[in-house]
Amino acid sequence: MTANAKPKFAMYWAASCGGCEIAVLNIHEKILDVDANFDVVFWPVAMDAKYKDVEAMEDGSILLTLFNGGIRNDENEHLAKLLRRKSKLLVAFGSCATEGCIPGLANLSDAREIVTTAFNTISTDNPKHIYPMTSYDVPEGEIHIPKIYPTLRTLDQVVDVDYYMPGCPPESHQIAAVIDLVIQVLQGKAELPPKGSVIGAGNSTVCDECKRTRNIKTIKSFKRIWDIEIDPELCLLEQGIPCNGIATRSGCNARCPTAAAQCIGCYGPAEGVMDYGARLVSAFASVIDSNDPDEIDRILDGIPDPTGQFYRFNLAGSLLKAGKPAWKKEKV
Amino acid sequence: MNNDFEPIIIGFTCNWCSYRAADLAGTSRMKYPPNIRLIRLMCSGRLDPTFVFKALANGADGVMITGCHPGECHYLEQNYKALRRFHLMRRTLQGLGLEPARVRLVWASAAEGAKFAQEVTSFVEEIRALGPLHWGKAGKQSSVTSDQSTEHSSLMTDHSPKEVPA
Repeated sequence: MTANAKPKFAMYWAASCGGCEIAVLNIHEKILDVDANFDVVFWPVAMDAKYKDVEAMEDGSILLTLFNGGIRNDENEHLAKLLRRKSKLLVAFGSCATEGCIPGLANLSDAREIVTTAFNTISTDNPKHIYPMTSYDVPEGEIHIPKIYPTLRTLDQVVDVDYYMPGCPPESHQIAAVIDLVIQVLQGKAELPPKGSVIGAGNSTVCDECKRTRNIKTIKSFKRIWDIEIDPELCLLEQGIPCNGIATRSGCNARCPTAAAQCIGCYGPAEGVMDYGARLVSAFASVIDSNDPDEIDRILDGIPDPTGQFYRFNLAGSLLKAGKPAWKKEKV
Repeated sequence: MNNDFEPIIIGFTCNWCSYRAADLAGTSRMKYPPNIRLIRLMCSGRLDPTFVFKALANGADGVMITGCHPGECHYLEQNYKALRRFHLMRRTLQGLGLEPARVRLVWASAAEGAKFAQEVTSFVEEIRALGPLHWGKAGKQSSVTSDQSTEHSSLMTDHSPKEVPA
């Protein structure tokens, strides 16, 4: 009875790895605040619940839903639409839901290739070449599995999203801060940010939080972190390491560059950046110290996979959304 | 090939050289295909690769970037910056499966109206041969949710039931 009086909380994973759920549990004792203030009604990783239980709920009866994962198949889409209907606040939680993340890189290949790779390559023990079927007759009746879509879409390409929380996964201190905020809103002590805001992250870039010394950047060659002995004080990009911090949203306290590993961009595009990869193309090309086309080409060979470098987390959420093989097959 | 296909080309010109080249082509009554839509920037160094990606995502079949000849930039070195961005952008677009020829870089001075007209003509023909890109259509399709499942229902079922020859 008392439990029912508490506002309802849900969390769901679509095409994701489960890291976001771990990040939520990493808020340690704060998780008790979640339990004290919310009635957790649906969270497949943490508790048993059926989709039909959610379907039976009243529309708008869940106060807060953290939705992680991209939309890869019809089950993901069904749940996205269902939870949108049942939730007052739907948060695209983590990189997959906000911008596609690593599963979004599959948008470089067509879906048939993905299925073939998963079920019929040298590393797979599948001598009879058995492929999954979306429906199949067994003596007990017909069984269904979700149908894969040609491309992975972000949550806001499928349903209306109230807030975005970036990160792969979102840093636990940021999750704790957001949960604190929602609790304060419930107690009337704070107000919600405007709809569509990015929450649990900064408004600047990773460079802004990075303690390394920055000078004028001029690069004669790009290097991998294992190629050189990294100066612990100096900006990584100045040392030739392709660090994505310049275009990436702050919020992680520049963890990777601090540990001498380049920023790979998991917090997504910084405020005002329309296309993350294009912004990085612009930035990296600007710091190359050469005006000779052949030398420029040689220097650029130091970035062997520019598409992967610039769109590792952001492909599905970028302007082009997918590689040509993926969308060209959309009509097949 | 579809002969009715009229490529949509977005052209970026710089205020000091290539825009004037286009202007000269016009005042000299030189003919070039009307497929190109010119956008004037102050300098090719102003060209944010976002502009190119956005053009391609929203329906352009090709993008032509133009600027002053190397060494002649009104802002000293910015066309070199455009050159470097062009190289990196082309590699990135190639990774996305796009034909590199769909983005072209052309230097044209204010006196080269004829060169400008000839470059536009050859670019339009090259894009015509490559065919429509329709990236914008794919993008829109991705945002339409209802017909996606029906349209692609064959995706997994057309692997013939249970067993497929190697």
